[in-house]
Amino acid sequence: MNLVLDIALLALMGIVAIAIIRLRDLVAVTMLASIYSLLAATMFVILDAADVAFTEAAVGAGISTVLMLAALNLTGFTEKAPLRSAFVPVLIVIATGLVLGYGMMDLPRYGDPSAPIHLHVAPKYLQDTGPEIGIPNVVTAVLASYRGYDTLGETTVIFTAGLGVTLLLSGRRRRRATPESSS
Amino acid sequence: MNDQPIARILTKALVPLVLLFGLYVQVHGEASAGGGFQAGVILGAAVILYGLVFGLDAAKRAVPLGVLYPASGIGVLIYGGVGIASQMLGGDYLDYGVLAGDFVAGQKLGITLVEAGVGITVASVMIIVFLEFTGRRDPA
Repeated sequence: MNLVLDIALLALMGIVAIAIIRLRDLVAVTMLASIYSLLAATMFVILDAADVAFTEAAVGAGISTVLMLAALNLTGFTEKAPLRSAFVPVLIVIATGLVLGYGMMDLPRYGDPSAPIHLHVAPKYLQDTGPEIGIPNVVTAVLASYRGYDTLGETTVIFTAGLGVTLLLSGRRRRRATPESSS
Repeated sequence: MNDQPIARILTKALVPLVLLFGLYVQVHGEASAGGGFQAGVILGAAVILYGLVFGLDAAKRAVPLGVLYPASGIGVLIYGGVGIASQMLGGDYLDYGVLAGDFVAGQKLGITLVEAGVGITVASVMIIVFLEFTGRRDPA
């Protein structure tokens, strides 16, 4: 059953990705990117990564779509036709894909309990979260307590992003207003 | 979009539910999927949906920028403040074990507080970015 779902989802993601490349109507591209995120979120649910699926659905399919549409409203709704042929970029992309595919042959199988990532700190987190932190969700324990410094950094990054957007977008208005008010 | 009754009525019905769900994800993040970041994004999305349908001014009346700007910083300060507090109580920075009587209770308290900080910052930054982007009418 999971295999059928995997194949169907991956096929849909491939179709959506090709449609995104071919379309020139940027509103349609934005909506398709939102659908792509929703498919990715479903994929994360199948992979039992509910926390990541949450984020992907809310940020990727929801908020970033709205922000992209808002940005399009300021720039324009159609992509210009490319002037040069896509031969060299396509070649580079295919070569990169082949190299990545070659690199993936070394990866352990999905869910392999003897994979290095499952032997490093993961067993300690799984064993100690119950007695040490006392909460059922190990992901929250890792994010907020064991890796608290990382999450503090990430929160600061989000704050800085909001600060940057505010300074960039509302600063322009102020600069334009200054010469008028001085003259 | 003020002339679209279906969008307006659906939004009126949806926004409270989405807000409630966001709060659930915030306070229940230690037991089920989600946490401060997810909750912040969901709460932000509810306000963004409200702003899309009822207009930017209505969204700004509901959640004024004068509240959002300080809130985005206060979340980070709560997170950092928990670290300072655990240092004052004799532990390491962000070592929540010393915050309450026993180690596990301290961990729970610390996680709840920092998740609240994350949620406040994420929600307000999402709404700020939305308001700043859509508030610019003239393409420069």
